[in-house]
Amino acid sequence: MTAVEETPAGTAEPVGHGRMLRKEDPRLVRGRGRFVDDVQLQGMLHLAILRAPMAHARIVSIDTAAAEAHPKVKAVVTGEALAEKGLAWMPTLSNDVQAVLATDKVRFQGQEVAFVVAEDHYSARDALELIDVEYDMLDPVVDARRALEPGSPVVRDDLDGKDDNHVFDWETGDRAATDAVFERADVVVSEDLVYPRVHPAPMETCGAVADFDSVEGRLTLWSTTQAPHAHRTLYAMVAGLPEHKIRVVAPDIGGGFGNKVPIYPGYVCAIVASLVVGRPVKWMEDRSENLVSTGFARDYIMRGEIAATRDGRILGIRTNVLADHGAFNAQAAPSKYPAGFFGVFTGSYDIEAAHAEVTAVYTNKAPGGVAYACSFRITEAVYLVERIVDCLAHELEMDPVALRSKNLIRPEQFPYTTRTGWVYDSGDYEPTLREALRISGYDELRKEQEERRARGELMGIGVSFFTEAVGAGPRKNMDILGLGMADGCELRVHPTGKAVVRLSVQTQGQGHETTFAQIVAEEIGIPPQDIDVLHGDTDNTPFGLGTYGSRSTPVSGAAAALVARKVRDKARIIASGMLEANVTDLEWTKGAFAVKGDPDRSVTIQEIALRAHGAGDLPDGIEGGLEAQVCYNPENLTYPHGAYVCVVDVDPDTAQVSVRRFVAVDDCGTRINPMIIEGQVHGGLADGVGMALMEMIPFDEEGNCLGGSFMDYLLPTALEVPDWETGHTVTPSPHHPIGAKGVGESATVGSPPAVVNAVVDALKPFGVRHADMPLTPSRVWDAMRGRATPSF
Amino acid sequence: MQVPAPFEYERATSVDHAIGLLGRLGGSARLVAGGHSLLPMMKLRLTDLEYLIDINDLHADLGHVRVERDEVRIGAMVRHRELLESAELARALPVFAEAERVIADPVVRNRGTIGGSLCQADPSEDLSAVCGALDAVCVIRGADGERLVPMDGFHRGPYETAVGPDEMLTEVRIPLHPGGSSAFEKVERRAGDWAVASVAAAVQVEDGLITGARVGMAAVGPDTVTVPGLSEALRGQRPSEELYTHAAEIAARACDPATDTRGSADYKRHLAGELTRRTLRRAVAGTEGKA
Repeated sequence: MTAVEETPAGTAEPVGHGRMLRKEDPRLVRGRGRFVDDVQLQGMLHLAILRAPMAHARIVSIDTAAAEAHPKVKAVVTGEALAEKGLAWMPTLSNDVQAVLATDKVRFQGQEVAFVVAEDHYSARDALELIDVEYDMLDPVVDARRALEPGSPVVRDDLDGKDDNHVFDWETGDRAATDAVFERADVVVSEDLVYPRVHPAPMETCGAVADFDSVEGRLTLWSTTQAPHAHRTLYAMVAGLPEHKIRVVAPDIGGGFGNKVPIYPGYVCAIVASLVVGRPVKWMEDRSENLVSTGFARDYIMRGEIAATRDGRILGIRTNVLADHGAFNAQAAPSKYPAGFFGVFTGSYDIEAAHAEVTAVYTNKAPGGVAYACSFRITEAVYLVERIVDCLAHELEMDPVALRSKNLIRPEQFPYTTRTGWVYDSGDYEPTLREALRISGYDELRKEQEERRARGELMGIGVSFFTEAVGAGPRKNMDILGLGMADGCELRVHPTGKAVVRLSVQTQGQGHETTFAQIVAEEIGIPPQDIDVLHGDTDNTPFGLGTYGSRSTPVSGAAAALVARKVRDKARIIASGMLEANVTDLEWTKGAFAVKGDPDRSVTIQEIALRAHGAGDLPDGIEGGLEAQVCYNPENLTYPHGAYVCVVDVDPDTAQVSVRRFVAVDDCGTRINPMIIEGQVHGGLADGVGMALMEMIPFDEEGNCLGGSFMDYLLPTALEVPDWETGHTVTPSPHHPIGAKGVGESATVGSPPAVVNAVVDALKPFGVRHADMPLTPSRVWDAMRGRATPSF
Repeated sequence: MQVPAPFEYERATSVDHAIGLLGRLGGSARLVAGGHSLLPMMKLRLTDLEYLIDINDLHADLGHVRVERDEVRIGAMVRHRELLESAELARALPVFAEAERVIADPVVRNRGTIGGSLCQADPSEDLSAVCGALDAVCVIRGADGERLVPMDGFHRGPYETAVGPDEMLTEVRIPLHPGGSSAFEKVERRAGDWAVASVAAAVQVEDGLITGARVGMAAVGPDTVTVPGLSEALRGQRPSEELYTHAAEIAARACDPATDTRGSADYKRHLAGELTRRTLRRAVAGTEGKA
């Protein structure tokens, strides 16, 4: 375990960066967090949603009379009623539309059909059973591979002239150049890889409390959102309410992982309900509703191909992807990136050519597509490249580490422009890889594996090396529904030298209240304990696009550093007046300005703050107060990287996989709070083990979701994961004000291929080169028997 | 939060009180003990019960684990945790502690009971396999008194038992044999999950020969609490790897698994055999020095 070096409050030396216990934890560990479901308002009513029991059916009729007659029911609303107000459909984050309540037909099991508002949650739920819906069953589109077949049922016949299930085609890279390197390559390896549909499954499900004040014309919405400002703007656009009359509040959030980026029909239903009944309305989905209807992740069917020379020089990578986007294209990704950042599939390797094409289809499944800590599809991209590189190592009979090492981008090549046009800002890969090998004792592990194999035991060693692209993003090419992906930050220093910093991003448990206080503390010299971090309330914070895609530190963290520097610049001028010295003669040491060469003549930031608000004249042209605001537009993404080593043992008879060790060496540039970074990495590694070994949202042939409870959708526990062994290297980002890169999703991105590579390595004696996730005992047993296509 | 439909609730103060309530309220009443199967079903609105009769206050009457010379008596209200932690039971019937270690999680084990587990009759439930292997006898009480039903006849199909609508299971009796031991093995996708397959085996060995052997399985068919033909095949034989392989083949043939998200039918059948081999091997090892 990692020791936590606690820094006592009020020490003379301001802390800034470094290990520090999380400021939000006393509240959270004592049960004093305030989540959406904790919001109780006078006269509040409860909303429950009736959902489609099947995947695809036409709605013939809906009889709500019995539900309306329930003594505690205040309103029953159907899609037809919403359509009369023009609210039956809403835009998705990918410029598609999604039904708030179904009007014509239901398109996935669990789709919203009607809602009930009642005096209590129980009555609302009871009344759902009194609604009688007559459906006319339709054939569902379940298998994405068959969605484009002629004669397939059409999921989206609501769209004008739509007569197939095609969503988009997208490509990147140079097809001709790539085909050319494949032509001349000594070795070409192809593999079909499925990254199955998984779910972020945050501990707190999604929900909202809507309170519309009809006198003021003002809507307050407490909701489980990772992006309160973006949501407010979209509500203004959809509902036609003036934006300044909408207040979105994200209180404590119990995990997001991307699941709380989209706007869900339930939020809109709660708003409509409050407008209709004139009272506050709470909607809180249950676990099954969360798993069945909210934003899933992945569902990429990939064909990966890699071309190389006989001695292991990688020449090119190409891939075809079939993406299952479900019934509505509700993927959250920057507008110009329909496949997210999948374009970084060339990974950490210096290759000659690359090409990818992605085709997305509609199916009768829940919508979503980017969620679960994936950095906009980089999870899929990294899995593809790290798996296919291992397949190449298998064919070349080369050690997978040696193969990677031979092809890594070299430090002198940075900034490095990939064959698909991404500019990696900085990196020094070899030391990171070496550190992972050192911690894991890689050579000894290989020796041990040899001995065990001789005894008939199955031990596997898996390696992955990833490069992430996080911190979306430069507004010249990144926006979501036209909103530029920049973030604001405001800093106000109070007269006594305490401060408050206001953010546009929203923590879901990542520790923003600590990390951002530390960023500001480092720049301005006020201890982090004296800096309050406010976020999550659109009335009290500056505009910005929120927290997802590991963008908080790269974008908002930069804003926090810059706003602090702006305040410090003003403090310097005030200090020059106080010290009667020229500003250029002042020297900043953390927390104070001193006259160069005369350290006794100095003023602390606290003294300056008091002066800024106090009596007496300030230098010419300087207003009172000590505060500033900025809006930060990142110049580029940041590109953290890491090297992971996983060791597994597989029972040769029962095919059970146990993860014996996991070594993760991460490089996220400047490390603000190493303890929080390690926590982020630990969580992501558990995610990765879960996805590699057990997580999946499967469907049967009728399109029934088979992952609708935690009995069916398995998340790993402490018993499935080893003690994590973490390490780090530091390659600062050259364009980020403090050199930091994002890290929140690195482990989720980097760990699944390490686990799968380890299991496949363990199965080498059976000639196995690939097996699809999740590697349940049954699937591993199938792989040992040469069966590649699992039943589920 | 998932919430159940309305129901009426009464706490039984004695076994007779509970049986009386069942008789009066009929088929729309259900007993609740630990509630770890029933409450989720109620919350998912998969039951249509109108009355819930809470028998948790009967733990004083039905919470006993009595290890006697030739029999173990376990009250229906004994919690999983008590089965796990009873040192006396572990000495007499090690299979219980081995099974309980991998049944669900501590939260469930603190509340769930042996009676509830057997009466739920989930084909994936582990204790039924344990009781099947141990040749347990179930004591069922009704208004007219008690009747005894061996584990072989206790399950009438998935989620159905020999317990009538106005009866309750009160005790499980397990015969003890000299030179006996037992073992349990389970494959699960994750700690706390239902079994992909689990197997319990009980053997008696005297003078180097197997004098009795039974195997019970879970999750590999609608009713596999005992494997037919296995006892006959093993009795009188000297324990050996070849014999375990033969037993494994019998077990694999006896099961009737379905392909689902926990695994393919072929894999489960393979496990039925493999786990039979492992449990027999360990159960026989456990008899050494006992007879």
